[in-house]
Order: sequence, then structure tokens, then C-alpha cells
Amino acid sequence: MSQAGFVMGFVHRRRRGAELFLLVLALAVGIGAYAAVGVGVEGEVPADIVGYGAGLAALALIAHVVVRMVAPYADPVLLPVVTALNGLGLAVIHRLDLVYADNPLKPHGLPHKQLTWMTLGVILFVATLVLLRDHRVLTRFTYTSGLGAILLLLLPLVPGIGDTINGAKIWISVGPFSFQPGEVSKLLLVVAFAGYLVLHRDALALAGRRVAGIDLPRGRDLGPILAMWLVSLGILVFQRDLGSSLLFFGLFLVMLYVATERAGWLVVGALLFFGGATMAYQLFGHVQTRVNIWLHPMTYFNNQDGPDSGQLVESLFGMAWGGLIGRGFGGGSPERVPFAESDFIISAIGEELGLTGVIAVILCYGLIVERALRAALICRDGFGKLMATGLAAIFALQVFVVIGGVTRLIPLTGLTTPFLSYGGSSLVANWVIAAVLLRISDQARRPVPDLSTGDDDDGADQQATQLIKMGGGSRP
Amino acid sequence: MNKPIRTISTFCLLLFVALMVNATWLQYWKSDSYDKDPRNRRVIEAAYSRERGAILVGREPIAESVESDDDYDFLRTYDEPFKYAHETGYFSFYDQTGIERSQNDVLSGDDDLLFVNKLVDLLSNKSGKGGNVLLTLDREAQDAAYAGLDDLPGDVEASVVAIQPSTGKILAMASLPSFDPNKLASHDFSAVRTDYDRLQADETEPLLNRAIQTTLPPGSTFKLVTAAAALESGKYDADSDVPGGATYQLPQTSDDSGLIDNEGRSCGSDKIPFEQALAQSCNTTFAQLGVELGGDALREQADAFGFDQHYLDDLSPQAISHFPENATEPEAGQSAIGQFDVRATPLQMAMVAAGIANQGVVMKPYIVDSIQSPELETLKQTDPEELDRAVSAETADGLTQLMVATVEGTSNGVPGTAGPAAIPGVTVAGKTGTAQSGQDDVPPYAWFVSFAPAQDPEVAVAVMIQKIDGVERGEIAGGLLGGPIAKAVMEAVIK
Repeated sequence: MSQAGFVMGFVHRRRRGAELFLLVLALAVGIGAYAAVGVGVEGEVPADIVGYGAGLAALALIAHVVVRMVAPYADPVLLPVVTALNGLGLAVIHRLDLVYADNPLKPHGLPHKQLTWMTLGVILFVATLVLLRDHRVLTRFTYTSGLGAILLLLLPLVPGIGDTINGAKIWISVGPFSFQPGEVSKLLLVVAFAGYLVLHRDALALAGRRVAGIDLPRGRDLGPILAMWLVSLGILVFQRDLGSSLLFFGLFLVMLYVATERAGWLVVGALLFFGGATMAYQLFGHVQTRVNIWLHPMTYFNNQDGPDSGQLVESLFGMAWGGLIGRGFGGGSPERVPFAESDFIISAIGEELGLTGVIAVILCYGLIVERALRAALICRDGFGKLMATGLAAIFALQVFVVIGGVTRLIPLTGLTTPFLSYGGSSLVANWVIAAVLLRISDQARRPVPDLSTGDDDDGADQQATQLIKMGGGSRP
Repeated sequence: MNKPIRTISTFCLLLFVALMVNATWLQYWKSDSYDKDPRNRRVIEAAYSRERGAILVGREPIAESVESDDDYDFLRTYDEPFKYAHETGYFSFYDQTGIERSQNDVLSGDDDLLFVNKLVDLLSNKSGKGGNVLLTLDREAQDAAYAGLDDLPGDVEASVVAIQPSTGKILAMASLPSFDPNKLASHDFSAVRTDYDRLQADETEPLLNRAIQTTLPPGSTFKLVTAAAALESGKYDADSDVPGGATYQLPQTSDDSGLIDNEGRSCGSDKIPFEQALAQSCNTTFAQLGVELGGDALREQADAFGFDQHYLDDLSPQAISHFPENATEPEAGQSAIGQFDVRATPLQMAMVAAGIANQGVVMKPYIVDSIQSPELETLKQTDPEELDRAVSAETADGLTQLMVATVEGTSNGVPGTAGPAAIPGVTVAGKTGTAQSGQDDVPPYAWFVSFAPAQDPEVAVAVMIQKIDGVERGEIAGGLLGGPIAKAVMEAVIK
């Protein structure tokens, strides 16, 4: 109840000036890092620093201006944090590209491509904000996005366009473009889950029986969770993608729990997760290999006849070599780690920017998650709350799984590091997610519209509906 | 729905805290151990692009980094490669040994002692130069030791160690066969591999530092320890008569394997002076003393000299010298003359001599004299440390008297076996040893330990010849082979 009082008694300010100020700092991080790479690796400030800086600033400014125009109450911290991470990622990719240049086995021209992807990301960010004036519109697409997500996840298995890269069948290739549909399906799944749960939360929440102090759900309600569990296992088995599997199942559990407010779902989910994980460990060689490498990385280092932990160990060596303040751009050898530009970008940051840089990056992600959850807390409709929580959870889980894997906290699973890693699908999808989060927070922070008008909303949040009548009035 | 959202927030917070704690653990607490992994190429590559500090003997470097114009900025070079190979060790792309390994932090500039230099380098954006390590070695002594072994006829497997008795400073340490660390420090990594594999496959084990890594039966040189135990027991002094005789049958034995003889040396028939027993290296005497004192007393005495202990930190690994536990009477008799399961490194036998020379106090041996900044300013000086008091000063005097008699002959005119080490004008104390290998196809090992000047010892030496091709098996004897080398090393230090 205190929540309602808080919402009524307090009017959020727009804070666009604060956003602009933070954006300048974020650009300083991105452009400064780019200059530092030039100084560290080539001994001089890059010649194109002005052009590059102007380009980056233009992108950030466009995003800011659009937010100012169409989402004036949006959270002021999200855009600068995202810009800072993206800028830092670009600089690190540029740094890696400079050493890759001499090596025919490594990819080339990465920073240029990544900058193009970032531009596309910002365009879609703008488009999302402009076109999606109210996130609740998305409830209409509950089942469409669910179907879309599953189709996208299945696409890489289709012969002809599916592509196996590094043992994971999570890519599709059409002509020269390769694409990870899983990245896009994250957002679609959140939309689908939120739409479904908002409608069925009562049935899921109220029926059931109490065992040992925990409310367990009804047998027939287990359907969706079992279905999601099977989908996750399917991803694991057929696409060999441990990370996405864990991510989707975790996301579903979190949203289910938030929708129903019943910890019983978490218990059931955790049991299913550990059951599935144990089964996967016993049935599949590649899962066992991952776990063994995690437990004994040094034993598998430079292993000639069998699984090799070279990537993980080189990453650990690199981060240890970086120490507290890092070796500085150009001072380390992050190219020793295969895929340092994508999954292992955090190890490149750890080596050259040190623990300081790694903690800063983790805190940036923490900020994104915190801001998303804050939007969820103050959001006035259940759908928005669920979406924001879901997006926050996906960020938190993805960052945990990938950074935890690279730093050997948990077994390694392939996932990209949002905004930092090289990779178009991931970057573009994450910019769209950022736009959706801004939209939800804009709705949440916007002053309450005229209380006397409007009818019952779509039966979303009980607490909110008791005190605030929200109409479709916020829709333009 | 806000309550579960708050719970999820807490959960997310935990995830992020876990990530940060783990990153700190990896990059702060564990980073040293990852950096020390010999397979960590980053550390080695960085070392190749920095000017590594020099390893110095006297004022001159025996290992230094010189600028090179290939893929790496600096090449490690060794000025007298074979002579100092076992002290410097090698600095290769794949591994390091010797001082290069034990003092790596100083040489590479990572040590906390060099913090100020590191800070200055960081601020001036220079890649820092490492600190220097000054060794205790004495150039003349090392020359004499290496030349002495090298001049022996044929191929040899042998070692010489010289210590300053009053401090434990290692003045000379030579081991043959040796190797060329320049070849292992080369930037041609495939050639390094080939050379390393060749050295590894070599049966004579050139990479082995025999001075500290080979333990062999010390033979008659161990009689010094037995004599020390006898004097310490209070039953004998240096002027006492001790049991002698041409043969001695060990208790609980009846066959030839338990029969001790003196290989024709003059050991009387019943009682003989202690001086004569040591000068003639009487097996019968010391076997009887060993049986009389018992295995435990012998072990206690041996341990007081450093047996069964780790004491050398500057070079690794140090092999542990060994005296058998719970020896039975016949085993004690055999052990007392340095056979059975007694095993000692040349360094250990040098420490026995040095302990006697230093009034009974054994000093902890060390080879790193000081750590210097790149500007040759001393940052840390190693302080001599007492390892143990092996015997009382009186016992030490008594033993010195016996050892001098072994070099110069006894007061009643019996010649000593250690005569070849005598230096005109200097009183030398010494003891020979020729240990049976226990295998028919392996010739005996020749030993020699000594110190000089007897009144005010400056140097204690141990010589061990494990295998020598150029000498007939029957002519292998500690005094003849080892004596002149010990003499040369002592002269180099004293003059």
C-alpha cells in the first residue's frame, strides 16, 4: 500500500538535463577509450578521432533528442550507461582489430562492422520509441511473439540456412550475413510471457495446495512451465547452447514467480532445473566436458588429445595478468584468448583495464538491472511490471552467465556480453530492449493522468488498481 | 507484484556481488599464482620485452639481458655459460630454473623491493628494468672448482661445493657435466625445444645440479659425523684410544657381507689412537664406534649437521640428505662409515666440514648475497643465519685436530690419507672418502671434504666424483682425485 502512496505523492521530474550530462560522461568513456587504444597500441592519438568522436556523439545525441521528444519522463540513467558500454566495447574491439590485422586466421574489419551495427541499433532504438508509444500495445502480440520466438529459435536447425559455429547451432546464415536469432527471441519471449502471465496469473496463483509451508501449484497449471522446460532442454540438446537454455528457463521462472507471487514456482522450477542439468550432464558429452574444464581447467590446458581448456585458461591468465589496474590498452595480449572480441570481451577488459575496469563494467550492468527493476516497481500496470522485470532478469542472468563463465565462477556457456561484445544481432536486439525499457519507465514516471476519467484497466495489478484508475488516456 | 520484484532485486544483487567477489578473487588474490604458472606465456613474453636484471658475481655479470633486434627486445646471455649454468639456471620461453627462477620477481622487476623503481617507470611510461642479484660466489674459487673437475681425465660426473664456514656463503658450486643456458635462452624457440629435449634425454643429466640435487653414500667422509658423535658422547676425546683391528664382524652377522675390513690400511690390532683411526680411515674403528653409540645417536648427530632437512632456499629443488631411521646394530655399524642407507649431497658434506670449522655451529647456506636496484644500490642484504649447533666448541676443536692429522699425518708418525690437499704454509683439515656404490657395474664414488686454515677457517670444501671414465675402477680414491681439487679451491679463497 505504501507503494501507492509513493506514486501519488511524488511526481517524477523529467531529468533530461541529467541524462544529457551523463551522456557527455559516457561519450568521454567511449571516445577516451578509443584515443587510449590509439596511444597504447600505435603510440599516437588515432587520426580519425574527431570523425569517430563526432559519429559516436551524433548517435548518442540523436537517441537523446528522440527520448526528449517522445519519452520525456524516461529514466535518465539507462541511455548513458548503454552508450558508455557500447563505446567501451567499440574501443576494445578496435584494439583487438589492430592486433588481428597481422593474423590471417582472425576476423578483420570488426570495428567498422560493429559501428554499422550500432548505427542500426540506434535507428531501431529510435524507431521503437517513436512507434511504440505505449508498451501495453504489445499485449496484442502475446501469442504472435511466442510463436515468433519459437520459430526463430528453431531456424538454426533448418538445413541450408542453419549454421554451426563453434559447436553451437544458434546461427543462421543468409548470404554474407550471419545472425543469432536467439538474441531477438529474448525480447519476443519476454513479451509473450508477460502477456500470457498477466492473463493467467490468478489461475496460476490461487489454485494449489500447501505442502510443508510452501504453496505448490496445481498439477494442470504445470503445463506452461513444463513446456518451457522442454523448450529449454530442446535448445540444450539440439543446439548445444547451454547458455541460452539456462537464460530462457531462468527468465520464465522469474516472470512466473513475479506474476503469481508464489515461491512454490521457484521450488518447482529449481528442481526441474537441477533435474534437467543433472540429466544433461549424464547424457551429453559436451556438457560433461564443460563441467570438467570448469573444475580442472589446468589439467585440460594445452590438451593435445581431447577437450582443451585453452580459451578459459588464457582468459584467466589474462585477467590475472591485468591485476588491479590492468596493463593498459596495448600492454596485454588479449588476442591470446580465442573470441576475445565476443564472448570473452570481459577478459580483454580485465587484462588491459584491470579489476577496476571489470568492476566498473559489472556495476554498469548492475545499474541497468537496477533501473529496469525500479521501473518495474513504479510501473502502474501488470504487463509493464512483468516486462520490465523480465528484461531486467534477462540482463542480470546473461551478464552473470557470461562473466561468471569467463571468470570461472560457473561452467562456461557461450553467450554474448550485452552492448560490449562484437556481434550484430546481440547489439541491435539490446538497443531495442533498452528502448522498450525506456518506454516502460517513461510510462511509469509520467505524472498520473486525470484520475476521474477512464474505466477499468485490463485487470492488471491489484494494488495499483485499488487506488489508481488508469485509462487508455496515456495512449496518444 | 512488488514483493516478488523486490525479492528478484535482491537476487540480482547477489548475482552481481558474486561476480564482483569472484573477479576480485581472480584478479587480486589469485593473480600471483596464475602469473607464476610456467605455461603462462604472457608473463614470459613480457619478460622478453623488458630489460631483465643481471646476475652478478663480484662486479661482473654472469647473466645479463642485451638488446636484440628480432621479435623481442632483449636477449638473455650468459658470459661463462658452462661454469655458472647450475647457479644461474636458464631463462627459456618454456621454463626457468636456478636463480633465474628463484629470484624471478627481482630480476623481472616485479618484486616489492623495487616498488619505487616500478612507480617511477610507470609515471615516466618506461618499461622498467629489473633488479640485479649479487651472488656469494667467489670468482677464483669457482674457476678453480670448475677447472679442477674439467681437468679430470675423460668424461666426469662430479661436483664441488665451497662454503664460508662463518656465514654459510656458498663460494663455489660446480657441477659436471654442464650445459649452455644461452642455447635455452635463444629466441629461436624450435631450436630451444630441440636442445632442451636433447639435454633431457642425455643419460649423464647435464641439467642436474649435482651439488644440491644428487645424494650418494658419503662413504668415509661420514666418519666425521661418527667421530663428532663419539666426542659429543663424552666417552672419547681427540687424544683417546679407540677400538681398532684389521677386521670387525658386525653384530648379528656371520657372513662376508657383515665383515668390515680396512682394505690394507694400518689400523692396529686392538686399541689405536683416534688420530690414527681417522688418518687411516679405519672402517673397523668407526663401525665399532657406530655400534657402540647406536643408530639413534648417529642420526641425531647427522641431523644436527643438516641431514634430513631442507635448508637451501635460493636454488631449488634441494635434495634432502638422509640418515636411516631406527637403524639396527649392524645397520648402525654400516651407516657409521657412510654406507648402508646414508645419502648426502656435496653441499651437505661441505656443511659438515664448515660446521666443524665454525666452532660447531652450522650456518644456513645461501647463494644470494644481495638484491640491487637497477642503479646498483643495495636494496636487501642477506644476513647469515644459524642453522643448528652441531657440536660443542671443544668437540669442534677435537675434530679439527683429528682432521689436521688426516692431512699432515699423526703425531706418532702415521701418514694421513688426505695428504694431497696439503697446502705449504697453511694448516689444512681434511677427510677422504671412497664409497661403494653397492652395485657391481657402478664404480665407487670418490669424496673429499676439507677446510683451511685450520685455526681460522675461511673456506670449507666438498668434492664428489660420481663417475669418471678416464680412471680405472681400482684407482678411484677420494684423496687422490678430490684432494688436489679441494686444495686448489682452498688456495683460491685463502691467497
